[in-house]
Amino acid sequence: MGIIGNLAGKFSVIRPSLLLSNQYKTVMSRRLHANRTVGVDKNVWVEFTQLAADYKAVNLGQGFPDFSPPQFVQDAFCKAVSGGPSMHQYTRAFGHPRLVKSLAKFFSRIVGHEIDPLEDILVTVGAYQALFCAFQALIDDGDEVIIVEPFFDCYQPMVLMAGGNAVYVPLRPKEGSAVLSSRDWVLSPEELSSKITPRTKAIVINTPNNPLGKVYQMEELQMIADLCLKHDLLCFSDEVYEWLTYDGAKHVKIASLPGMWERTITVGSAGKTFSATGWKVGWAISSGHIIKHMKIVHQNSVYHCATAAQEAVASGFEREYELFGTPESYFQQLPVMLHHKRQKLASCLQRVGLQPVMPEGGYFMITDISSIKVDLNDESTKDESYDFRFVKWLIKEKGLATIPVSAFFSPEHSKEFDKYIRFCFVKEDSTLDAAEDILRKWSQKK
Amino acid sequence: MQGLVEEGDEVIIIEPFFDCYVPMVRMAGAKPVLIPLRPKPGKKTVTSADWYLDPEELSGKFNSKTKAIIINTPNNPIGKVFTRDELQMIADLCIKHDTLCFSDEVYEWLVYKGHQHVKIATLPDMWDRTITISSAGKTFSVTGWKLGWSIGPEHLIKHLQTVMQNTLYTCPTPLQEAVAQGLLLNSELMGQPECYFTSLAEELEGKRDRLASILQEVGMTPVVPEGGYFMLVDVTSLNQDLSHMVDDEAYDYKFVKWMIKEKKLAAIPVTAFVGEESKKHFEKYIRLCFIKKASTLEAAGNILKNWRNI
Repeated sequence: MGIIGNLAGKFSVIRPSLLLSNQYKTVMSRRLHANRTVGVDKNVWVEFTQLAADYKAVNLGQGFPDFSPPQFVQDAFCKAVSGGPSMHQYTRAFGHPRLVKSLAKFFSRIVGHEIDPLEDILVTVGAYQALFCAFQALIDDGDEVIIVEPFFDCYQPMVLMAGGNAVYVPLRPKEGSAVLSSRDWVLSPEELSSKITPRTKAIVINTPNNPLGKVYQMEELQMIADLCLKHDLLCFSDEVYEWLTYDGAKHVKIASLPGMWERTITVGSAGKTFSATGWKVGWAISSGHIIKHMKIVHQNSVYHCATAAQEAVASGFEREYELFGTPESYFQQLPVMLHHKRQKLASCLQRVGLQPVMPEGGYFMITDISSIKVDLNDESTKDESYDFRFVKWLIKEKGLATIPVSAFFSPEHSKEFDKYIRFCFVKEDSTLDAAEDILRKWSQKK
Repeated sequence: MQGLVEEGDEVIIIEPFFDCYVPMVRMAGAKPVLIPLRPKPGKKTVTSADWYLDPEELSGKFNSKTKAIIINTPNNPIGKVFTRDELQMIADLCIKHDTLCFSDEVYEWLVYKGHQHVKIATLPDMWDRTITISSAGKTFSVTGWKLGWSIGPEHLIKHLQTVMQNTLYTCPTPLQEAVAQGLLLNSELMGQPECYFTSLAEELEGKRDRLASILQEVGMTPVVPEGGYFMLVDVTSLNQDLSHMVDDEAYDYKFVKWMIKEKKLAAIPVTAFVGEESKKHFEKYIRLCFIKKASTLEAAGNILKNWRNI
């Protein structure tokens, strides 16, 4: 039944017995919910995580590791929890001092700019909240925000909630190529440029990209930077997978390009950095004149983040600073480990006749499923797009959980991309083996 | 606030209020409507029970635009624990005007002898229109864990969930696990001396009484709280001359700044918790927090005893 169910039973004093005899009453004659919640109530993660759990599926869906974070960072959290009274009480609202100092020290040398720990950094409850603060602080009614598709799904509702309008520019597979790698998906400079209007406030990029795995090259970022400078735009750069690049691909921070520090908000994640998504520690790094507005949103919503978790992440970054570039660095070891898993998943998909798009970075691999013919005879899903229906079928009939890729596209373009599903390969080898088993048995039956 | 309140709405806030309510109402685009708790005149020993809401005054604040009323019991900073009758009075107005109730009950376990915390959500017809807010930080003395929760009917909570999935999405896993264990353990022990909710309240009651008597000894008038871990003190009797401080600030702001510098004792000015119009009624009060080690309270006591020296 679980702890929550157990507790709900014990705390039932809050529910008066009168209610049991009450039929449901219309509580308010006017609308209850605020307008800003309209149109943002559906959530692909809530939906598919529930389904995967219900069917006890082998879960290559949601992007979190099913293995543990490295020992040194688990030890750091335990140490923090035993670290005396101050570790359990409020810390500095905009970021625990030890953490902002370690982040500033670590990233200054990468970005090529002296980052002020107190002015240029905001620590948040996950990178998710950093994005929320950025949209709320900087986007207003009527502003346009360019989102490069496929996009991590939360950008769209966040733009909407801030009163903005999302304008989409898709990455497209290069003409005539076999589209075997995420590098084959490119932005058209003309198409991007054509979407900029006097109302455009910001452009959102994600590199390495979720779900494609594309790692934007220097030239591509320079092209985007040139447009930001020309049209005086902000750039929200979601870099949560910054350490996860493969085959020699190099992650480049757009904030390090000339003229970009003053107009870029770089978002990072301890969850993805240290394989500890459940710690929910993230940050935004930008010029102080931008961070100050995000601080206002933060202090009127969340105000502080958990102290002990921040202390542990600080300890992690201090260690990585010393070991940077050496084989003992987790930022070296993790991509090596994931490189092997990426290979493993790709091979097993190819063996069953599927065509994966090899990601240059990140946690995910997308696969074209148009070659598979199945009878999706589920009445309950008949109005949904093909990939949504396919993924639900795959969970229910084969016990394998993935995520439909059209969830990462705008309504305008999702039809073009409804033949792809997304796999997460940041899983124990046993999980990947279990997935391989399912796929092999399935292809043998055909 | 983000899920249920928007432009065109009014939200009633009782003064003094935890300071975040007003900016949160504003950020939701709505209008805060303030109503002060008022002290009953002529009492010698003052307790938080002497502060009350005038029913006619409150009733006058409700109109067709009133979306919600925020209550905080036990109250920060006064420490008032609203009685069942007072809550019923508020509930009657909520039902009459079809208003929601946001009930901030973070100090729910810190209620002292002779008083009882009542959940407004348990009053007839209130479950369907109340969101009750609690805090692991205040419950288990772990403010740095930053875990809290809202409990309410599904038709209200679903809108909070929509906001949640578009802002934070999830809260830290290991901390939730630990709080769950804490709640499970203490719900088994409820009512017994080993229960943390009982033992913490007992410990704090002792500290409350110690601080109150120190303040009375030096001729100040504390407002002895029925709940929570704050105490208001009227500093009028100290007659502190602050005319050298020329900033255009309320008396309590000046007093607290002066006290921190000159006496090395930190407190919070109470006008931080009220709107412009009520400032004059509260500017002789400062707020002291007594959930501190005995040595900290003794150190404060020494400063206060030696006030007249130097």
